[in-house]
Amino acid sequence: MANTDALLEFVEKLKSENASWVTDVKDALGEVTVIVPGESINAVCEYLKTAQGFDLLADICGADRGPEEDPRFEVNYHLFSTKHFNRLRLKVLLSEDKPNVRTVTNVWNTANWHERETYDLFGVIFDGHPDLRRILLPSDFDGHALRKDYPLRGYEPYSMN
Amino acid sequence: MSTVLDKLPGTVDVLDQSLESEMTLSMGPQHPSTHGVLRLDLRLDGELVVRAIPDIGYLHTGMEKLFEYKKYQQGIVITDRMDYLNPLGNNLVYVMAAEKLLQIEIPERAQIIRVLFCELQRIASHMVWLGTHALDLGAMSMIFYCFRQREKIMNLIEAASGGRMTPSYFRIGGLMMDLPAGFERRCKQFLDDFTEALDTFDTLVTGNTIWQSRTKGVGIISAEDAIDWGLTGPCLRGSGVNIDVRRTNPYCGYETYDFEVPVETDGDVWSRFKVRMRELVESQKICRQALERLTPGPIKADAPKVVLPDRDDMRKHMDSLIHHFLIVAEGFNIPEGEVYMPIEASKGELGVYMKSNGTSKPDRVHFRGPSFINLSALPAMSEGEMIADVVAIIGSLDIVLGEIDR
Repeated sequence: MANTDALLEFVEKLKSENASWVTDVKDALGEVTVIVPGESINAVCEYLKTAQGFDLLADICGADRGPEEDPRFEVNYHLFSTKHFNRLRLKVLLSEDKPNVRTVTNVWNTANWHERETYDLFGVIFDGHPDLRRILLPSDFDGHALRKDYPLRGYEPYSMN
Repeated sequence: MSTVLDKLPGTVDVLDQSLESEMTLSMGPQHPSTHGVLRLDLRLDGELVVRAIPDIGYLHTGMEKLFEYKKYQQGIVITDRMDYLNPLGNNLVYVMAAEKLLQIEIPERAQIIRVLFCELQRIASHMVWLGTHALDLGAMSMIFYCFRQREKIMNLIEAASGGRMTPSYFRIGGLMMDLPAGFERRCKQFLDDFTEALDTFDTLVTGNTIWQSRTKGVGIISAEDAIDWGLTGPCLRGSGVNIDVRRTNPYCGYETYDFEVPVETDGDVWSRFKVRMRELVESQKICRQALERLTPGPIKADAPKVVLPDRDDMRKHMDSLIHHFLIVAEGFNIPEGEVYMPIEASKGELGVYMKSNGTSKPDRVHFRGPSFINLSALPAMSEGEMIADVVAIIGSLDIVLGEIDR
């Protein structure tokens, strides 16, 4: 299994920069996950991009833990560095009542479509996003299809009229 | 379908910022040069593109939802249908994510065959790109030369897996079955013939002055912008950034192969074209090395709870029969955990985020399709260009809508 010492060093730097940025750290299967509070994700991304060289946002994806869980939603940010080739995962946990998180579109332009997709399929609201519309599903679609309580075949046959 | 005219809370009203002389042109979703069902909302000032707003989702089939209802081994066939020009790459990233969660070792021979097929598939995918890209720009005959080569690769894939567009050849823990007799000779024959085809392509397009004037200086994106927009693969390397997942995060033993990562510095359509043309040569090189390394050996991991037993074993051993029944009927459980597995697909970094909850079905599977991200940078490349150049830029991005909409 891959060595994660280099990644944990970045986590230490993150902690020493601002201790409130890191809620928890998971080190499993050669990958490091940093749990970040929702309100500071923007600052953390800005810091990792400018000071630590994590300049490419590979992916943002949501996940639903199920309606009975709290916090219910996860938003995963997969960061990659074109300088030292490390990959780091940031995770924000959101409750069902307030699925709001700051956008990172001001840090990376590529976050725009990723956040739209997560909004479309999970209903996570990215505050400050310049153009938060549905992207894959039609604009009049009801509900958020990748939530666990959304049935596989939908509620009723969807008509294109 | 969503359009820019729909006003939802938080939507920027693009119409308010429009020019006096502006005209709106809806390009697609049936336009042949949009490579599928992509619709572009173009705001034009004369023939110049002021704004380009891609509208996607016409091919959305809810695959990521479907994964959550299928057993791990059933998910492989869904991946075939995403980037339908690079199905073996999709198979590979999916099975490798599951293998990483299971922590099983794949035998040497299976790894080599995986590399061999991924590189053959990369050539096949680039053949479709070259043929259609040239077709978009008016070089009609190219598509016949390209599809002729692609057909040979399809035949090789069919010989090994039984499928052409949807092979599902890679399975969790190894391969579906071993290579058929005489495969190596046929593959070698193809690789030898392909050199001549490369010369033909060079004569037909690379040295063509019309081709060069249509592609040089068009759709420029700088290295900083390319990284900011998350571009990967040939689009990023066309802007002078030397990033290839096969080098930065090697998998399947790519670190032991001798190949170059082509990089061009201009960031225009011509650079991306040259990167892909040089990649064809490199893929051919890797295929040759893989064929040389091929020695007899097992093609399935030693994990009886995960890998289907051989038919012969099932007739002789009781436990093989039981394992076969259990894997088919109930599937296998994968321990709890989450992984992000990236590979270098033909279009860029193809990543899969897989989260397991300890059962036989995944909790979440998310694909980071390179086409999806590369297309999101289209407005940045095409604004300020002519309409005809937008066609060239779409061609140079090499998008597949099956992967964008998923």
